[in-house]
Amino acid sequence: MMKTRILFGLQLVFTLLVAAFLIVPALLSMVAGVTVNYFRGIRSGVTLDWIGQVWTLYADTIGRSFEVALATLLVTLLIGIPAAYALHRRGGRFSRVVEEIITLPIAIPGLATALALILTYGGFGDFRRSWLFILAGHVIFTLPFMVRAVMAVFATIDVKTLDESAASLGASPWRRFRDVIVPNAKPGVLAGALMVVTLSLGEFNLTWMLHTPLTKTLPVGLADSYASMRLEIASAYTLIFFVMIIPLLVAMQMIGDSTRLMTGRKS
Amino acid sequence: MTEVQGVSVHLQACAKTFPDGTRALEAVSLDVARGETMVFLGPSGCGKTTTLRIIAGLERPDAGGRVLFDGEDVTHLPIERRKVGMVFQSYALFPNMSVAENIGYSLKIRGIDRAERAARVAELMALTGIGGLENRSIDQLSGGQRQRVALARAVAMRPRVLLLDEPLTALDASLRERLRAELNRLLRSLGITAVYVTHDQAEAMALGDRIVVMRSGAIAQIGTPREIYFEPANRFVAEFVGAANILEAEAGEGFLALRGGRLPIGGSAKAVKGNVVAMVRPEAVTFVAPEGALLTGRVETVSFIGDRLRCTVVGVSERPLSIDAPNTISVSPGDQVGLSIDPDAVRLFPKESA
Repeated sequence: MMKTRILFGLQLVFTLLVAAFLIVPALLSMVAGVTVNYFRGIRSGVTLDWIGQVWTLYADTIGRSFEVALATLLVTLLIGIPAAYALHRRGGRFSRVVEEIITLPIAIPGLATALALILTYGGFGDFRRSWLFILAGHVIFTLPFMVRAVMAVFATIDVKTLDESAASLGASPWRRFRDVIVPNAKPGVLAGALMVVTLSLGEFNLTWMLHTPLTKTLPVGLADSYASMRLEIASAYTLIFFVMIIPLLVAMQMIGDSTRLMTGRKS
Repeated sequence: MTEVQGVSVHLQACAKTFPDGTRALEAVSLDVARGETMVFLGPSGCGKTTTLRIIAGLERPDAGGRVLFDGEDVTHLPIERRKVGMVFQSYALFPNMSVAENIGYSLKIRGIDRAERAARVAELMALTGIGGLENRSIDQLSGGQRQRVALARAVAMRPRVLLLDEPLTALDASLRERLRAELNRLLRSLGITAVYVTHDQAEAMALGDRIVVMRSGAIAQIGTPREIYFEPANRFVAEFVGAANILEAEAGEGFLALRGGRLPIGGSAKAVKGNVVAMVRPEAVTFVAPEGALLTGRVETVSFIGDRLRCTVVGVSERPLSIDAPNTISVSPGDQVGLSIDPDAVRLFPKESA
């Protein structure tokens, strides 16, 4: 009895220590963002000035990041859902090979993907200079997440029979896709969408290679501020990033739970 | 409500070879009359579902095969333009739509306005006995309710032919029996041309105007339930539909020579001589006193199964003979018994028919 209590106590302490090790740096960083002078500590006072300065300096990067993330989402939806459907319907070895190829950019370092893009399309000046170049990189990187999330849902429902039954009722291929296939893939589409937006907002490797001074995104701006600004400003920037990204992460978790509930009920 | 409708279906030399080379169906030709319920019966892999899918338009027959609805060639029409209703084994109801939306989907696609659609959906729900479930979602329904929704959805746009792929297989036994009767009533009252696939012979007997018995991609026999049962065309049909005693024996002068005596055979079979294969249904055999009986044997087992006794008798033929006797008689294992078999109940097959 006593022994199990001690054991439990030790485990609790260990867990808390690990959690603290991971959380404290994040907290310190956020606190730094609202501290008047980081080197004198929180005693120097609390301020929102740094956040204000970040806003004046980097508001455009934040806006652009959202632009890129939403555009990435749109493109991955348009390509990803039909692709997932086609791969699921076709099945077999060919589909698995295609799926692996789509998934490669996750395994390959972002820098290498970016280099390949620059080598291939760098000559198209207008494209190279516009934010669309970053969009292309983000789509390549996030597409597998959308495709896989949607395919995972297709694997739990009998898509082929649903499609056949809609066809027997007179629905054309496009109507079947719109009325039956996509609505029933919704949990996967939602999960994929949140994943894509989150990854796009935080993407640094690729974007750092692809950006120009006029097409900085939030994470690139963050790196820039760490390199050239006061630590407080960089920290305030981190704080803004946290505030933006955490609701997305929570939503993702919640959708994950509800999807699991749904598939659990089916089996 | 009577809606006499539907077309005649004609299959002309429809064979099916899948891309991997599997021959699922030999060239099959058959006719389904307008308003008729045709049941395809056979063990799994016999080609019955493939035939259904060819009629539906979900599979194309191999070159040379043709599908005609009332004489119109529909071989190259995809399913969405054939105007067929289909009930799938898994029902394939749309989880993203309510019960009423499921049933009304085909009407919505055809651009029928909301009010007319609602009226037709209500009519169908009353007909199938699911009134009041309009706004339920699919996963709130029981198996029986799902089956009814699937059926209502399939007939909503008054299809030219209704196709049912093992629609009762997913249900438990007692519910299956009840829904079978209900389905029968519905098919008759709709007067629709229906093609029904099953591996359950009781279902085939109860529902079919005619039955197509299939085996390894070919038709073994087409006939009314009575023809299939009493006059099976070959040994396979005899053994697949109902219980059958198969006797291999020498025939001559109106008798089969069996180990346990002589079995008179009637009608045209009288002229047959030589080695034959004969079939006798268990209920066609009756017990008589052993003295003076043409056939005698010894009772081996007796099982009381409620509505009848199922007995096996040895010493009559090579294999023990199964007999269904009334549940009122008393026989025990070991009894010497005489047997009487109506000569007309003995069916002969040529020996080579497997």
